[in-house]
Amino acid sequence: MLEAALTALKRDWRAGELRLIAIATALAVAALSSVGLFTDRVRRAIETQATELLAADLVLESSHPIAAELLDRAARAGLDRTRTVSFRSMALAGEKLELSEVKAVEAGYPLRGTLRTSDLLFGQEQDSTSVPGPGSAWVDGRLLQALDLEVGAGLKLGELTLRVERILTYEPDRGGELFNIAPRVLINLADLDATGLIAPGSRADFRLLLRGATDTVAAFREQAKAEKSRGLKIQGIRDARPELRRALERSGQFLGLAVIVAIALCGLAIAMASRRFALRHYDTCAMLRCLGADQRYITGVFTLQMLLLALLFSGAGAALGFAGQAGLASLLQEMTARAIPAPSPWPLLSALLAGVVAVTGFALPQLSRLREVSPLRVLRRDLAPAPAASHIVFAAAIVTLTLLAPWQSGNQSLTAYVFGGLLGTALLLAGGALLGVRLCARLRAGTGIAWRYGLANVARRAQGSVAQVLAIGLGVTALLLLTLERSDLLDSWRSRLAPGIPNYFLINIQPDEVSALQIFLRERAAVTTNLYPMVRGRLTQINGKPVNPDDYKDLRARQLASREFNLSWADQLQADNAITAGAWWPEEATRAVYFSVEEEIGQTLDMNLTDRLAYSIAGREITGIVRNIRSVDWDTFNVNFFVIANPGALDGLPSTWITSFYLPEARRGMLVDVVRSFPSVTIIDVAAIIGQVRLIMEQVSRTVEFVFGFTLLAGLLVLIAALQTTHDERRQEAALLRSLGAGRRAILKSLAAEFLALGIIAGLLAAFGATVISWLLARFVFELPFAINLPVWLLGPLSCTLVVLAAGIAGTRHVLDVPPMVALRTA
Amino acid sequence: MIVQARQLGKQVASPGGTLTILAGIDLAIAAGESVAIVGVSGSGKSTLLGLLAGLDLPTSGAVHLAGAALNDLDEDGRAAMRARRVGFVFQSFQLLPGLTALENVMLPLELAGIAQPAEQAGARLAEVGLAERLHHYPRQLSGGEQQRVAIARAFACGPKILFADEPTGNLDQQTGAQIIELLFRLNRDYATTLVLVTHDPAIAEHCDRLLTLAAGRITGERMRDRA
Repeated sequence: MLEAALTALKRDWRAGELRLIAIATALAVAALSSVGLFTDRVRRAIETQATELLAADLVLESSHPIAAELLDRAARAGLDRTRTVSFRSMALAGEKLELSEVKAVEAGYPLRGTLRTSDLLFGQEQDSTSVPGPGSAWVDGRLLQALDLEVGAGLKLGELTLRVERILTYEPDRGGELFNIAPRVLINLADLDATGLIAPGSRADFRLLLRGATDTVAAFREQAKAEKSRGLKIQGIRDARPELRRALERSGQFLGLAVIVAIALCGLAIAMASRRFALRHYDTCAMLRCLGADQRYITGVFTLQMLLLALLFSGAGAALGFAGQAGLASLLQEMTARAIPAPSPWPLLSALLAGVVAVTGFALPQLSRLREVSPLRVLRRDLAPAPAASHIVFAAAIVTLTLLAPWQSGNQSLTAYVFGGLLGTALLLAGGALLGVRLCARLRAGTGIAWRYGLANVARRAQGSVAQVLAIGLGVTALLLLTLERSDLLDSWRSRLAPGIPNYFLINIQPDEVSALQIFLRERAAVTTNLYPMVRGRLTQINGKPVNPDDYKDLRARQLASREFNLSWADQLQADNAITAGAWWPEEATRAVYFSVEEEIGQTLDMNLTDRLAYSIAGREITGIVRNIRSVDWDTFNVNFFVIANPGALDGLPSTWITSFYLPEARRGMLVDVVRSFPSVTIIDVAAIIGQVRLIMEQVSRTVEFVFGFTLLAGLLVLIAALQTTHDERRQEAALLRSLGAGRRAILKSLAAEFLALGIIAGLLAAFGATVISWLLARFVFELPFAINLPVWLLGPLSCTLVVLAAGIAGTRHVLDVPPMVALRTA
Repeated sequence: MIVQARQLGKQVASPGGTLTILAGIDLAIAAGESVAIVGVSGSGKSTLLGLLAGLDLPTSGAVHLAGAALNDLDEDGRAAMRARRVGFVFQSFQLLPGLTALENVMLPLELAGIAQPAEQAGARLAEVGLAERLHHYPRQLSGGEQQRVAIARAFACGPKILFADEPTGNLDQQTGAQIIELLFRLNRDYATTLVLVTHDPAIAEHCDRLLTLAAGRITGERMRDRA
C-alpha cells in the first residue's frame, strides 16, 4: 500500500494536483517555524538584556547565609557566581545619623550590567568595572545630602569607619520599591564582619548571583526550585521590575496570538486545498473501485499519500522558516547592534510536527468521502458522494487547533478565547455568507453582463462561495484581530516610551515648603507638578489580629509586614488609579477613617474590602476601614501609594511631601539649586531605570512589528491559496466566454464583480468578528479597557475587498492569455 | 469567400520533439456553404476548426475570416469578431452553469451590444422548442435540451458562420438526429455558413462538401451528390 501511495503521490504531484496542499503546508510550517524560532531567539535576547535588571541570570535569595554546599554546586556546574548581603543600618557621620540600606558585595558584582558612579553630586557619571575596595564605601547622593557629607569623608557603619570614595548613581538590581529603600551604602563583603552588624539571627538578605549558559542556568534553577522549601527564593528575569515583567508577558501573549493566527490560516488553506483535491479525485476513485479496490484500500492509499506529503513539505517549510528567521534576526541585529542568541532546535521540531498534525486534522476529513465514491460513477459522472459532513470537518479542525495552538502559543486562556471567538465568527460568517450569497443572486437581475455573470457565479457556487467567504473572512478576522492587538500593545508601550515621563522624584519635602517648592519649580524649571503628602506607618493589625511577618509564606509579604511603608491622603482618585471594588469616599468631611488599598498589596497582605486596619504612625494607633480597592498603573512612573486615607484621617501626624516630574537632561544642573534652596529635600534620579526599560521595550516593539508583518504576509499568501481553489472553473469559464466573443475587459470585469462581492461580504463579517474577539481578549485576558476601533470597520472591509480583488485577479488573469481553444481542451 | 486558409500549419512542442498536428492546409469556403470535416481521432479536425474560428493561432500560414486576417488581430480583436460574426456549438455543450438557459443565450447578444437581449434570447429558445424552459439552469436540463440551448445561443446574434465540433458526440442516436435536423434547419433559415467537424459519415452527408483529414493533411474532398 505504501508503494501505491508513493506512486499516487508522484503521479498527483506531476499532475499538479497536490501543489496547493503542499504549498499551504510548507508555507504554514515556514510561518510557524520562523515565528517560533524568531520569537524564541528574541525572547532569549530580551531576557539576556533583562538580566541586567537582576545583575545576574539567576538570583538565589535567603534570609540565612548561602550554604557553602550551594556555592560548591554552582562552581561545579561551571556558573560564574558572586554573593551580596543587604541589610538596614544606621550610618553615622559626626553627630548626624541616617538609616541606610547597606549592601556588601564581592568582586565580580554585578554579573550583568554595570555600576555607575560619579565624583560629585549630579556630576558626570562613569561606568565602573570594580567594587569598593576594603575600607571604602560608595554611597547614594541622598545620604551625602542627609548627612551633609563630602566625598572623602568618613562614614561609620556599626563598629567600622569607612571612607566615602565615590557617589553611587546606578546599580542594575536596585529593585522596584524606590521610596521604601533608604539610601544605599555599598561596601566590600570583606568588611562585613568588621562592622559587627551581622550576627546569627540578624535580619538580612543574603543573595547568590549566578551567570552562565542558558541551559546550565535553567538546570540549576530547576534543581534549586526543588529545595525552595529551605527558605530559598529564586529570582529569574521575569521576577525583575514589574513593568518589564508585564511588557514581556504582553509581548509573549501577542506573539502567541500571532502563532495561533498562523495555525488557523494554515488549517484553512489546507482544508480548502484538500477539498479541491477530493473533488478532483472522484473519477480516480470510481475507476479504482471499478477495478476492484475496496474502501479500505482507497482510504489507506489517500491517507498515506497525505502523510507522506505532509512530512515532505513540513520539512521544506521548516527549512524555509529557518532561512526566514535568520534573515529577520540579522535585520534585527543590525538595528540593535547586539548579538542575538543562536536559534534552538525546538521551535523547528515542533513546527515540523505541527505541519503533520495540521495535515492530518485538516486534510484527511476532507478526503474521508473518497471511500464513498460509487463505482457506478464511471458510467454516470453525476454520481458524487455527499461532501464531507461539515460538522465532522469542523470538529476535526477544532480538535486539531485545540491540540496545536496552546502547545505552540503556550497560553491556554488566550487560545480558548481566540478560538471561541473564531468559532463564533465562523458561525456568523457562514450565516452571513449564505445571506450575502442569496442577496447576490437577487441583485444580479438588475445589472449589466459582467456583474450578472460575476454575481451569478457567487450564487451558483453557493456552497463554495460560503466556504470561500468563511475562509477569507476567518483569515481577515484573524489578521484584523492581530492588527487591533498590535496597535493596543504598541500604544500602551508608546505611552511609556514617550518622552516626558517623570525621571526625577523629590522626597522629604516639608509641609511648609510645599508651596515655595511648587513656585520654585514652575519659575526655574518650567515644571508644573502635583505634590503628595506622605506619612510613614507600620501595619499592626488586620481585623484586630496582630500582623506578624512570620505568618506570611511569601517573602515579599514578610518584607512588607515587617517594615514601615508610606501612606498618603487624598480627596480625589488619581487619574492613573481605578476603583476595582467598593467606592471612593464621600466629599463631605467626616470623622471616620477610611483606607483605599492598592489591589496587589491587598492580595499580598490579605487586606480586603471592609477589613479594619490598624497602623502605628509616630507612636499613635490609627484604625480605619478599607473602603475601596484600587488598581494602579505603576508604569506611568507617577507618584502612587499602596494605601491612601481620606482627608483629615491622618491630620496631626508628621508628614513629608513627595513629587515627580520630567526634567530634560540639559537642565539637570538646576537640581543643585533645588538642593541649595531646599536643603532637606532629597532628589531621586530614575532616568537610568527608565532608560533601561525603554531600551527593552523598543526592542520588543520592533519584534512585534516584525512578527506581525510576517504573519500578515503568511495570511495573505494563504488567502491567495484559498482563492485558487476555484481556479479550474474560472479558467474553463473564461475560455468559454472568450470563444463567445467576450473581450479581456468584459471577463476581467466579471471576475472583479465576483471577487468584489466575496471581499465585501467577508470583510464586513470579519470586522464584526475581530471586534468581538478583541473585546473578549481585552475583557478577560489582557484586562484592558476596550473601545470600538472605527478604522477597523472602514479599513478592514476595504482592505479585505482590495486584497481579495487584487489576489483574485492576479491569480486568474493569466487564464486570459491562454488561447481559448487550449483552455477548452484542457478543461 | 467567407473563410480562407492558406498553407495553414500547427505544431506543438512535446516531450518527444516537435509534433506536427496540421500541415499545408489550403481551404476556401463560400458564404452559405456547409462543409463537413471528417477523419479519424487525432487527424487534426478539431485543431483545424479552432484555427479557422480564431480560437487558436497557427504556427504557419494565415486565416481570413469574413474578410479579416485573423493573424493581424489580437485576442481581443478576434473576440470582437467572434462576437459579431461567429457562432459555436460544442460537443460538451459548454453552457455556463451559473446562468439560466435564457441568460446563457443572452450572453453573446450582450457581448455584441445588441438591444433587448432578453426578448431576442427568448425568441431563439422558442425556435429550438424550449419556450417553457427559459429559467432553468443547465443542470436541470437533459443533454439534448442543453445542446438545444447551445444551438439557440450559437444563432442568437445571427452569425455569418457557425462552427460545430461533434455536436452530437455526447447524445444518444435519436436525440442526436433531432439536434442535427434542428441545426441544419436553422442553418438554412439564417443562411449561415456551416463548418462542422464529425466522425459520423451520416451527419457529414448533410453538408454540401466533405473534407477528409488524415495525419494533419487534407486527403480527400468531395461535393455532396445533389439529387
